[in-house]
Amino acid sequence: MQLVAENLVIERGGRVIVSGVSLAVQSGEALLLTGANGAGKTTLLRALAGFLPLLSGAVRLEPADDDKPLAEAVHAIGHANAVKAHLTVKENLLFWARFLGGEAGAAARTDAALNAFALTELEEFPASYLSAGQKRRLGLARLVAAPRPIWLLDEPTVSLDAASTASLAAIVNAHTRGGGMVIAATHLPLGLERTREFRLQRGGKAA
Amino acid sequence: MQSHSSNPDQRPDHRQGQSLAQRLANPTRFMELSAKLLPAFAGAATAVILYGLFLVFFNSPADYQQGETVRIMYIHVPSAWLSMMAYGLVAVSSFGLLVFRHPLADVSAKAAVPIGAAFTFLALLTGSLWGKPMWGTYWVWDARLTSVLVLFFLYLGLMALRSSLEDETLAAKLTAVLALVGVTLLPIIKFSVNWWNTLHQPSTGFTTSIDPSMRWPLWIMAIGFSLLFFAMHMKGMRNEVLRRRVKALRLADVARRESAPDPVAAE
Amino acid sequence: MNNFLTLIARDLKLAVREGGAIGTALGFFLLVVAMMPLGLGPDLKLLTRIAPGILWIALLLAALLSLGRIFESDADDGALDVMATSPMPLELVAAAKAAAHWISTGIPLALLAPVLGILLNLDIAAYPALIATMLAGTPAVSFIGAIGAALTLKARRGGLLLALVVLPLYIPTLIFGISAVSAVTLNMGAQSGAFLSSFLILIAISLASVVLGPLAAAAALRIQMQ
Repeated sequence: MQLVAENLVIERGGRVIVSGVSLAVQSGEALLLTGANGAGKTTLLRALAGFLPLLSGAVRLEPADDDKPLAEAVHAIGHANAVKAHLTVKENLLFWARFLGGEAGAAARTDAALNAFALTELEEFPASYLSAGQKRRLGLARLVAAPRPIWLLDEPTVSLDAASTASLAAIVNAHTRGGGMVIAATHLPLGLERTREFRLQRGGKAA
Repeated sequence: MQSHSSNPDQRPDHRQGQSLAQRLANPTRFMELSAKLLPAFAGAATAVILYGLFLVFFNSPADYQQGETVRIMYIHVPSAWLSMMAYGLVAVSSFGLLVFRHPLADVSAKAAVPIGAAFTFLALLTGSLWGKPMWGTYWVWDARLTSVLVLFFLYLGLMALRSSLEDETLAAKLTAVLALVGVTLLPIIKFSVNWWNTLHQPSTGFTTSIDPSMRWPLWIMAIGFSLLFFAMHMKGMRNEVLRRRVKALRLADVARRESAPDPVAAE
Repeated sequence: MNNFLTLIARDLKLAVREGGAIGTALGFFLLVVAMMPLGLGPDLKLLTRIAPGILWIALLLAALLSLGRIFESDADDGALDVMATSPMPLELVAAAKAAAHWISTGIPLALLAPVLGILLNLDIAAYPALIATMLAGTPAVSFIGAIGAALTLKARRGGLLLALVVLPLYIPTLIFGISAVSAVTLNMGAQSGAFLSSFLILIAISLASVVLGPLAAAAALRIQMQ
């Protein structure tokens, strides 16, 4: 399986942010998206998730799965964590486990994800009690709570300490080892295996 | 289909197989064409309205019931007609923007809204001036006046929504959604206002049969006002296209100044 | 369908835990109704006659205050983006959230209305009609309101703008809601007939907005995701 983006041109607010970018990620591979502020990393990731209309070009999964649109094969982790302060840690994650991955086995997946991100101890607390790093981990825990082949991570390590960053790297490595695909925009060397760098220049061109 | 892709029809460089509407929707072609048409429309509007005013003041009878007040009708009726036609134009343009993504559709919608609002206001104003001698008060909750008032509110909503969004592309599309919601609900609103009116005032005694001697000046004024509307709309669209070009140039300027290598890029 | 109910349940849970929002809307409703006699004078006959209008307008204003909540927090914390990658179409997301708004705000407001009717000397015989019309009309309030909430999500002066955009769209709901209750309170000629026709049209308006509202709201949300 591979994710292919061809000749993407993306415009926002009358300005071309990404111009003519093509990329392909193979099953089992992690692509590190690098580039200066304003180079269009976030825009490119959001376009890959299907949130943005393309001025030209196409994004597709090969071989195509006719049952599901691409968006349903994708985890999009953005700057915001999609965490509700008034729900407990477990309620937050259980909702996404069900909503993104279906009812079957949702509780078990939630428990596994809480465990993977070291949140089990905190599961009964309202999310408003969490620190910024803990909230980020709860946001990232969606990745494990609902299995999907493509992970699009926008600055996943923001607010994470060294230990959490290391365990995130381990989780991402496990995902690619299992045949998953990862595209991550990040400034930090995460310690990921099987990575390739993809550099965006200012003006949204591939370097 | 497991992919998201752009619709090939909306790629900028597909010149072949364009329909007439698509070619007209090309801003450059529009600017060329409108530069020629605008003086013609403006001149025709002036001439027809002057002729119409002559007929209205010197060549049409005073009403046996309404007296000289009836002459307000020659402004009121065309304004009321244009208030609706302008909303129709806004709705069609909005549809063109959301569905076909014509580059000029939003320009057209944006230009038509304030002009439509102005004619709606004129219709309300003249209606109320006409109402004072007729009904003894400037405002009655007559079904038509109320409907026009609601239409005026819809125009205000469109202008307010557009002006409160920073991002112009976003503003254009959201305003288009609101315009289409408005045009969908307009018949229901009109129907409910009529129902409400008959419930509270069984008969207003306001009839619409027009004497043939008044019909001709009314037609002339309606044509003149429509020409005026089109001239103003075209002028509004030209202003908007020019404003966007200036903005694009300034954005390009910002981009050029930023393109010099800077330290952040070295990360 | 499962996801639809899951989302409604989550929004209701959030509405209850955040608490303040429902209480504020109910308090506002009470206050507006209580101010009316102070402005109009304590003439009970007059109040009886205009009670349906006062109750409906106050309900609309109270509901308006809470509409912003429908999408705001999910847009702010990125949850709407995540929902866009779920198997559930955004139209159904919007429908579920509007339905949750109806259950958490529309129904409590409708149930409070008869209590406020006492302040306006509303005829006891009109209570069933009042509750019925409000329950039938408030879905339109929530689902049309969802359009306005989605359109003004990123706007400056969101709250005031929301009122300007949405209130004209509420006119049909208002007219038929009031005329149904008035048909009972004013004992208009063929009473049951007058009530029934208004009531049925009100239901039709609600049903139409249950369809139109999510379509338009989802279109507005998609545009803003870009």
